Amino acid sequence: MITIAPVRKQVTVAASQQRAFALFTNEMSRWWPATHSILKSPLKQYVVEPWVGGRWYAIAEDGSTGQTGYVIEWQPPQRLVLAWQLSSDWQFDPELVTEVEVRFIAESASTTRVELEHRNLQRMGEKAAQVRGLVDGPGGWTGILESFKKCAVEGG
Amino acid sequence: MAYQEAFLALADPTRRQVFEQLRHGPKPVGIIAAQMPVSRPAVSQHLGVLKKAGLVADRAEGTRRVYYIDPRGLASIRVWLDQFWEDALTAFKTELERDRGK
Repeated sequence: MITIAPVRKQVTVAASQQRAFALFTNEMSRWWPATHSILKSPLKQYVVEPWVGGRWYAIAEDGSTGQTGYVIEWQPPQRLVLAWQLSSDWQFDPELVTEVEVRFIAESASTTRVELEHRNLQRMGEKAAQVRGLVDGPGGWTGILESFKKCAVEGG
Repeated sequence: MAYQEAFLALADPTRRQVFEQLRHGPKPVGIIAAQMPVSRPAVSQHLGVLKKAGLVADRAEGTRRVYYIDPRGLASIRVWLDQFWEDALTAFKTELERDRGK
C-alpha cells in the first residue's frame, strides 16, 4: 500500500487555548486564505458546526454553499479532527475522507501551540483514479475500480 | 496538475506493483519482471509511464539501466497542501494577534 506522508504544521500564538480554539473554529472565515475557496463567488462565511458530525462548509456572498467536510472529533479547547473531503480536482466528494487533526496545547495561560496534521492523502489518489474511470467509461477502467474496492477492503 | 498525473499513473494495479517493487531500492527491468506475472516489455512500458509522471527515475549502471523511486513525484500531492496550511496558520496567527492589539 502506497502512503503519502502527512502534512504537519505548527504555530505558536499569543492567545489562550480557549481563544485559539474559538478563532480556529467559530471564526474560520476571518483567517481562511481567500484564494483557496471552492466557491465561485467571494467567501462570506466559513462554518464549522460545533458537534461531532457537524458540517464544515463555506457560504459565498451570493448565497451559494460548498461543503469541505465534517467534524470527526470535537474536544474543545484541546483537539479537533475534521474530515477534508475535497478531491484532487477540488470537488466535494462524500466518499473521500482525509483527516485534518488540530491540537491546541497550552504552553502558558496566554500562549498556545497549535499543531496541525493533514493525513491519509493517498486516498485522494485512489479517488482520482475512480473519477477518471467514470469519465472514461467502463472500458479498461472497470478493473481498476474493482481493484480499488478490493484495496479499500484490505486496507480496512 | 503534477500530482494528478502521479495519482493516475498509480491507478493501474500492475503499475502500482511495479512501483512498489522499487520501494526497497533501485532495480533493473529484468529483476522487476522476474517477480511479476507480466512480460518484460510490459514492465518497461509501465516504468515509462511512471517516469513520465515523475514517480521514478532511471540511470545507467554498467551495461544495464536501473530504475528507482523519485521522491519528488510522490511529494507533489503534499506540496500544495503543505503551502496551503502554512499560509492558513500564518493568517490564523495574524488574526489572533490583531485581536490582542485592539
